[in-house]
Amino acid sequence: MPATDRAGGRPARPTLAVWKFASCDGCQLTLLNCEDELAGVAASVQVANFPEASREVIAGPYDLSLVEGSITTPGDAERIRHVREASRFLVTIGACATSGGIQALRNFRDVDDFLSIVYARPDYIDTLRTSTPIADHVLVDFELRGCPIDRRQLLEVINAFLHGRKPGIPGYSVCLECKRAGITCVMVAHGTPCLGPVTQAGCGAICPSCTRGCYGCFGPTETPNTPALSAWWRELGVSRPDLTRAFRTFNANSGPFRKEAETNEGP
Amino acid sequence: MKDHNSDWGGSIHVGALARVEGEGGLEVVVRDGKVTDARLDIYEPPRFFEALLRGRRHTEVPDITSRICGICPIAYQMSACQAIEDACGTVIPAPILDLRRLIYCGEWIESHALHIYLLHAPDFLGYQSGLHMAQDRPDLLQRGLQLKKAGNRLMEVVGGRAVHPVNVRVGGFYRAPDRRDLDGLRAGLDQARQLALETVVWVAGFPFPDFDHDYQFVSLRHPTDYPITAGRVVSNRGLDIDVREYDQHFTEVQVPHSTALHSLLHDDGTYLVGPMARYSLNSGQLPATVMAAAGAAGLGPTCTNLFRSIIVRALETLYACEEAIRLIDAYEPPDPAWVEVTPRDGIGYGATEAPRGMLYHRYQINADGTVAAATIIPPTSQNQRVIESDMRAFVEERLDLPQDRLTWECEQAVRSYDPCISCATHFLNLTVVRS
Repeated sequence: MPATDRAGGRPARPTLAVWKFASCDGCQLTLLNCEDELAGVAASVQVANFPEASREVIAGPYDLSLVEGSITTPGDAERIRHVREASRFLVTIGACATSGGIQALRNFRDVDDFLSIVYARPDYIDTLRTSTPIADHVLVDFELRGCPIDRRQLLEVINAFLHGRKPGIPGYSVCLECKRAGITCVMVAHGTPCLGPVTQAGCGAICPSCTRGCYGCFGPTETPNTPALSAWWRELGVSRPDLTRAFRTFNANSGPFRKEAETNEGP
Repeated sequence: MKDHNSDWGGSIHVGALARVEGEGGLEVVVRDGKVTDARLDIYEPPRFFEALLRGRRHTEVPDITSRICGICPIAYQMSACQAIEDACGTVIPAPILDLRRLIYCGEWIESHALHIYLLHAPDFLGYQSGLHMAQDRPDLLQRGLQLKKAGNRLMEVVGGRAVHPVNVRVGGFYRAPDRRDLDGLRAGLDQARQLALETVVWVAGFPFPDFDHDYQFVSLRHPTDYPITAGRVVSNRGLDIDVREYDQHFTEVQVPHSTALHSLLHDDGTYLVGPMARYSLNSGQLPATVMAAAGAAGLGPTCTNLFRSIIVRALETLYACEEAIRLIDAYEPPDPAWVEVTPRDGIGYGATEAPRGMLYHRYQINADGTVAAATIIPPTSQNQRVIESDMRAFVEERLDLPQDRLTWECEQAVRSYDPCISCATHFLNLTVVRS
């Protein structure tokens, strides 16, 4: 890395790269959605490789790589290795990159069926049978959850890596955020099924604040008691197939949710 | 290589096209000074939404299809809700429809401001990106970001968050925002309206290449409003159909070089959707304030120059700000916030105007509320063919340009369609092969 930035003589800024795999673009868009902070971020890091935002590509290696999306093609399984080699720190952002995303629903079905439903010529399409998180393929330094990720959490992660400290991202459940915000519990008060007790915080309890049950888009907490929550949902009248559907959405492939969905699918 | 035409060997290759949403490339084949082929390669990995929706509950569809695109999730939620409600025979009360139009205005503002300031304007001014532009003119980027923020704030207040809002449901909204919440948006939208007006004046001064075409435009048309959330499907060549008749007039075909299906009109083939089509077919529905800004920007009632689409986008941003202000001023919280949508056996159709063009959904629902079949036709799918035919003409007129200049101009041209490749495969690399 050069010791100074261009001809300016300022100390070199760390370089940032943003990579996309199978995804909706929403998580990298979250960086551009930091409207009030974007100028500050661009002053602190050199945006070296971020195709959605810039046609300029500065050669790696990069100090910090943000990776969006899951691995679903043989080519991408290869590409992620190059990204890892070119990155000092690699942080995955969003449910696709950290768990496989909604496209991981193929993991529970036959991908050939999926191909034939969507494409007249499946033979033109090169795809893997599974959608898997980045950490299944390469070493990941930090995983930032969410479908999509939260803007404030993204800024915290970038800040932490710039200062060489661990990101302050809590692993507790949505319930704590809900209580702190003074939101009435939708499950206790209204009998609305809610995944909040087993879902990692970070969104700001936005669903309960709309009187809606949490639908788990930040994935499981560190120690989720999913069987207890399923039992409670059953008491609220939720059928087992619907329990499987509830656990099988944007984080369907993450261990505890995957297991709970399978349990409820059983005989 | 940087030499002029006489030295050109093989190809113009725009690898991963930058400043578009998603992944794709463009390959143009030149033989004896003639462009013989132009191919939009879309290698965005397929995510099989239409397949994974099968067996899901009808109530889950808006949240799942929203994940097709992080830039226009509201479009997916709205077309999905409309199609499912159609299948179930549910009539949605007007106050809920107004609130849907309001949140959709937020998405238009956010998406158009992103495209104008961060993705497209840098091309006209010779910058690699909006961030590079900001090194010389920080005020311009700040204006774009403040405009964008007004749209995102609107989505957050009505929808809970800007990307994949959580408050939208089949039948309406989980919770109707309070008057107070929306009043809090008013000052930001007044400012955004002013910024949008400044944006129209700014982009109208850009240098525009001559690139006019007799496009076949397709968009929705509504009897009283500029089309956002509803309307009949119309064209400038006489098409005028109900959304339910869509499949009788349009067809999807697969090509080897794209994971996104191409959409064609049965009779006339290629067509264009998006802001230019919407504006050219519906400018009569725009308020006098917006048409006055259009006139000052040198635009008549139609726009046929691809590059001037950036002016149309700015005008639509202005309109979305005005429309949001109008809807907020007239707002009474819908009560109830949602109506029950009871499933029944049936097929339902929905089409709304995503920022980049018409978005069509069709669902077959079972009596138990599970999805039997789903078809989703995003705007970029519909524009692939016209992008290819435009690029053929565009490159042919510019064969004497140095390769790196031509590559950049092709990128700029393709970015004019605001292609969303995540949507379409559910996009760009320019390769010009010369022989």
